[in-house]
This record gives sequence, structure tokens and C-alpha cells, in this order.
Amino acid sequence: MMAVYVLCLALFCVGVYAILAKRNVIKIIVGIIIAENAVNLFFILTAYRVGGRSPILSPGQEIMRVVDPLPHALVLTSIVIGLATTALLVAFAIRLYEKYGTFDIEKIRELKG
Amino acid sequence: MSLIVKTVTRLTVGLILLYGVYIVSQGHLSSGGGFAGGVMIALSFVHMMLAFGKETAFKKLSEAKALFFESLGVLIFLGIALLGLVGGVFFLNFLPPGEAFRLFSGGTIPFSNIAISLNVGAGLFTVFLAIVLLNNDSERK
Amino acid sequence: MTMMVLYILLVLMIVGSIIAVEIKDLLSSVVALGAVGLGLSIVFLLLKAPDVALTQIVVEIFMVIILIRATLRRDLESSPTRSRPLGAVAAIGFIAILMMIATTSFKDLPTFGEPAMRVAATYLEQGLSKTGAGNLVAAVMLDFRGYDTLGEATVLFTAVIGVSAVVRRIGRKKANRLKGRENA
Repeated sequence: MMAVYVLCLALFCVGVYAILAKRNVIKIIVGIIIAENAVNLFFILTAYRVGGRSPILSPGQEIMRVVDPLPHALVLTSIVIGLATTALLVAFAIRLYEKYGTFDIEKIRELKG
Repeated sequence: MSLIVKTVTRLTVGLILLYGVYIVSQGHLSSGGGFAGGVMIALSFVHMMLAFGKETAFKKLSEAKALFFESLGVLIFLGIALLGLVGGVFFLNFLPPGEAFRLFSGGTIPFSNIAISLNVGAGLFTVFLAIVLLNNDSERK
Repeated sequence: MTMMVLYILLVLMIVGSIIAVEIKDLLSSVVALGAVGLGLSIVFLLLKAPDVALTQIVVEIFMVIILIRATLRRDLESSPTRSRPLGAVAAIGFIAILMMIATTSFKDLPTFGEPAMRVAATYLEQGLSKTGAGNLVAAVMLDFRGYDTLGEATVLFTAVIGVSAVVRRIGRKKANRLKGRENA
């Protein structure tokens, strides 16, 4: 088995464990960020070519072994969308703290506005 | 903030803004592009706000102006896409390619980079303002 | 040599993420998250992706600033009892199923280091002559796949509007009017 893919999957599993089994809202947000980093890493891993060059051409150099540029474009978009989602989640967390006084989702579920 | 932070900020915040503009403008020749440059421009304004307080940052770029720039960025990008209909297809690259590796080459790609950097930079600064102002409002109570 | 450094960095990232999830202090957890993002940016550089590494590091800095601003003066909610037991069982079950499915489907991936570039071969050959841009990633993102970038600009715009709507404060006149109506 390819060991790098297994390590990337382990990083994703740490993130999923944090989303499902933690009580603090900030820990859940940390889990979402870690899972997103793992997915972006997986995309770039599938695009690597051994002995390749980065996909930026310079004058006077022919197109030799270049790594795959298509996943790079997809991951660039994904990173910025992840930032927008995280900002929205943090705004929600601050609002929750103002209204209920705690970050614990078990207590928030009992209070009910 | 202490005096060391204020002096260092005064010296470096202009350089950070200039570096962000450089990365946006050379997006089609070297690594970078609209997204990284836009985030750097937003980070320079955030830096000034963290060191000097809210009032100084509001004088440079108030909330209304930031929202205006962000909407302008999205509208310019959409306009470039719709102008491709002149050539017959949505999103056609209608300007001539030019010779490679010069600054004015690549068709509509440099203009798209500038539009995206406006969108991302102003948007992230608005998000930071909103989160910080919400904190200040709650602590005053 | 590259593979050795890659393995070491990946193991360091996993250790950092476990620390970020398990530690009780919220501020230390955010700092460990920053370390994970920094390691990820170095891994991107080793895999010959300079555009992505540049974007990842500045986005990571912004994320850490926002998270610190959210957790700085809140009281440290260290959970007094255990974490949710039903959630932990569900997480372990999901991870077990994911591992089983993944190890049987890893055989279909192309071997690490030889991508099956079916679409990107066209982009590599015709990218420079058709668009005239030297940066192939920017040419793919803004010319060949411009629709995705338009969608991304829309998502960012919507997120900014969403944050502004959540943070809305009731104006002073409306609050006074509500208080007057309660007293009367």
C-alpha cells in the first residue's frame, strides 16, 4: 500500500473524531479545519510526478516533465472557500457565547432560548 | 499596543501592501495570482488595525468603502465573463494573447486577477471588522 | 531524500493535530492548529506546488487571527465530564468503515509519482500558445476553468454577507422603543 495515502487518511480520521466526539464548539471548528486540510493534501498528492518541475514556465525552456496543474487550480479554490466557511462558523460561535454564556453544546441544548 | 509594535508596524505595513500588489500584478508570469495577493492586502489593513486601534483603521478604509470595493470586484469579474459573449461564447478570452512572458500578455487574465483581488481583500477585511466590532460591543455591556 | 522528509513532516502534522484536538486549553489548541497549517505549507512546497503553498500560508495566518480573537477572553470551558460517549462510539465505527473501504480502493489509484494526466496533457501542450500566460495554474484557473472561479467568488461574497447579517446590532432607537413598551 502507498504509505503517504494512509498517513493522509489518518489525518482525516483525527478531524472526523474531533467533529463527532467533542462537546466544545471551538473543538468542533478545529476538527472541521483539520479534515479540510487533509482533503486538500490528498488532491496535491495525486498530482505529484517524480522528478517533475513546478507548473510555471520560463522563457526558453521546453515543456518537459511537469507536475499536473489541474488539481492545483481546484485546491486553490478550495482553500479560500474553507476560509470563508470558517469565518462564518466563528461568527456563529461568538453569537452563541453571547446568548447562552457557554461554549458547551450539551448545556445549550438544555437551555432552549 | 506598546511602542515597539507601533514603530515596527509603521515601517512594514506599506511594504506588505506593496508586496501584495506585486503578487497580484505578476499573477500570470510567476506564482501567486488574485487569491494570495488579495489576502495579503487584507492582512496589511488588519495589521494596522491591530497595532493602532479601530479609529486609525477607519480613517484609511471605512466599512462602507470596503463593501463598495467588494461589490465592484465581483461585478467587474462578471462583466469580463459576459463580455466574452462578444466573441460568441460565455467566458471567451477575447483580448489577443500577445507575446509570452511580457507584462501585457495573456488576454483577460490580468484583469480577472485584479478583480478577484479586490473581491477577496475587501471581503476579508469586512469579515474581520464584523468579528472585532461584535466583541467590543459585548464587552462594553 | 524527498520521501524521507515528506514522511517526517506528515507524522509531525498528525502529532500536532492530535495535540490540537485533545488539549484542554483553547488558546494552545489554536496555536497547535497554526503549526499544522505551517507544516502543510512546507509539504506543498516539497510537492512542487508554489502557488498553493503561498495561498495556504496566508490563509492559515488569517484563520489563526480570527480564532484567537474568538477565544481570547472567553472562560476556558474544559468539559467537566467525559466527552459524549455516543459520539465517540459513532466516530470509531465510522473510522473503521472508512479504513476498510479505503484500503480496498487504494489499489485503483495510480501509483504515487505517476499521475494519469488525461485532461491536463492538452492543457500543458496548448496552454502557452492559446492564452499567452506563463503561469499554467493561473491559465487553467482563469481561462480554461473560469466557471469554477466565478462560483468561488460568489461563495466568498455570500459568506461575507452572512457574517454581516449575524453580527447585526439592534439600533439604539429600536432598543429604547422596546424598553419603553415593556415599561408601559
